[in-house]
Amino acid sequence: MSFRFKESSVLPGFGLSLGYTLLYLGLIVLLPLSALVVKSSELGFGGFFRTILDPRVLASFKLTFGASLAAAAVNVVFGTIVAWFLVRIRFPGKRVIDAIVDLPFALPTAVSGIALAMLYSPNGKLGIFLQSIGIKVAFTQLGITVALIFIGLPFVIRTVQPALEEMDRELEEAASSLGASRTQTLTKVILPLLMPPIITGFTLAFARAVGEYGSVIFIAGNMPMKTEITSLLIITKLEQYDYAGATAIAVAMLVVSLALILLINLFQSWSGKHLVR
Amino acid sequence: MFINILKSTDKRPGLNPPLIVNMAITVIALGFLFMFVIMPLIIVLKEAFSAGLSLWWASITEKDALSALRLTLLVAAIAVPVNLVFGLAASWALAKFRFKGKSLIITLIDLPFAVSPVVSGLIYVLLFGLHGWLGPWLAQHDIQIIFAVPGIVLATIFVTFPFIARELIPLMSEQGTDEEQAALSLGASGWQTFRRVTLPNIKWGLMYGIILCNARAMGEFGAVSVVSGHIRGETNTLPLQVEVLYNEYNFVAAFAVASLLAGLALVTLVLKSIVEWKTKHG
Repeated sequence: MSFRFKESSVLPGFGLSLGYTLLYLGLIVLLPLSALVVKSSELGFGGFFRTILDPRVLASFKLTFGASLAAAAVNVVFGTIVAWFLVRIRFPGKRVIDAIVDLPFALPTAVSGIALAMLYSPNGKLGIFLQSIGIKVAFTQLGITVALIFIGLPFVIRTVQPALEEMDRELEEAASSLGASRTQTLTKVILPLLMPPIITGFTLAFARAVGEYGSVIFIAGNMPMKTEITSLLIITKLEQYDYAGATAIAVAMLVVSLALILLINLFQSWSGKHLVR
Repeated sequence: MFINILKSTDKRPGLNPPLIVNMAITVIALGFLFMFVIMPLIIVLKEAFSAGLSLWWASITEKDALSALRLTLLVAAIAVPVNLVFGLAASWALAKFRFKGKSLIITLIDLPFAVSPVVSGLIYVLLFGLHGWLGPWLAQHDIQIIFAVPGIVLATIFVTFPFIARELIPLMSEQGTDEEQAALSLGASGWQTFRRVTLPNIKWGLMYGIILCNARAMGEFGAVSVVSGHIRGETNTLPLQVEVLYNEYNFVAAFAVASLLAGLALVTLVLKSIVEWKTKHG
């Protein structure tokens, strides 16, 4: 049997369109990304680890990944509640509310950044109130988490919402006719079915949060060791013309977040086998 | 009509939680959205107009703000069409033909979404920066890419790269090739088939991709921030101008420029809703 790269078709333009696609993909995406790998190998094994194990860099990793996980967790809880509201409860003007959910996607990050900073600053609208009950948000790690909740907010809602819409109500009917209470139906029937989209939404929100820059830097305060996120540290290194250092940190950030996402996906396929009864 | 507020959408008895639970869910959901989405939007508009309409107008018609607006429009006017042509070519090749290695290419097209904004800028600095691969050669020939407009355009093309392609590929795969084959067998040329058969079939998906691509192109901050150099009146786009003004404590002007971008976001959401509605209802 001879190797055939492509099945025959009467449609024209395959060579041209595929050739253009590959050329453009190579020049705009693959070539620049390969620079990342080559540059970080310049440091050598020892240099690479000396750079990323520097206390200031480690502190930024801890902050970035910690705040991203916390923000994604908050979005799981509230995002599921908002999705439930959008699908299951009658309310006037729901179409507008539904459209508004995408605002964090549509609003340029610099704009959300200054808006959140203004809102939560010690003399901002919410800042004054929170200060009075002893909570300081602006220029703290809490502030960074708040910004990451904002930008990750649509992910959980937009993955849970369609799953909830398509959920077969007859499963719930069956559960209740077999004598399950509403709480039992929720925890034994509905939530297990919603788990896969919830985990997907969590992963997307987390991945977005790890790399986020614009909406965070204004509210963060950017103090080294305390409120300096990894993205900002990369820029600082670049401004000092330390290209190799910046690249090493970027590669480490990429590797850690890919590993975490892989772990979450593994957990999801494992729980798919073991938790659904 | 109003009597139904807070009731569950499905009326079958025995299925739904009591009204009080619905009420609690509604309060939590709306409270969360209000705190995290509505309030930031309100604060942008309130701060922008806090010193009066004339100062707002003066802020957005100021020389540097206007040049930032021009640059933002220029960048979008290059990045969106370039990615549009790519999106059409990629979806034609990947959706209308069967060949080996297709899913790998689709994964590679999505790569820019997995790379954080700052790193998206960084890779172009590594290529074209003064100490980058091509830096010395570019300097010799007096070509500037980083800290200049070409770098901003490239970084923007990178971050908006997948939008149109990933919208069109699934749509065109689903539609198959029957209609195109019919047109070709009736004697239409390849180009005629594409223009008269394929394009009308994908127009709403295409619109959707263009709207999202444009919003990101005009609003991108992190990637552009790395390659721009923040030269006032020259390499500042609108989002960068917002940052510069805010860091100078010129809050009224910063929020005035930000209100333009917030307006863009609202227009984007409205257009997006219209296109979604059109796709659903034909």
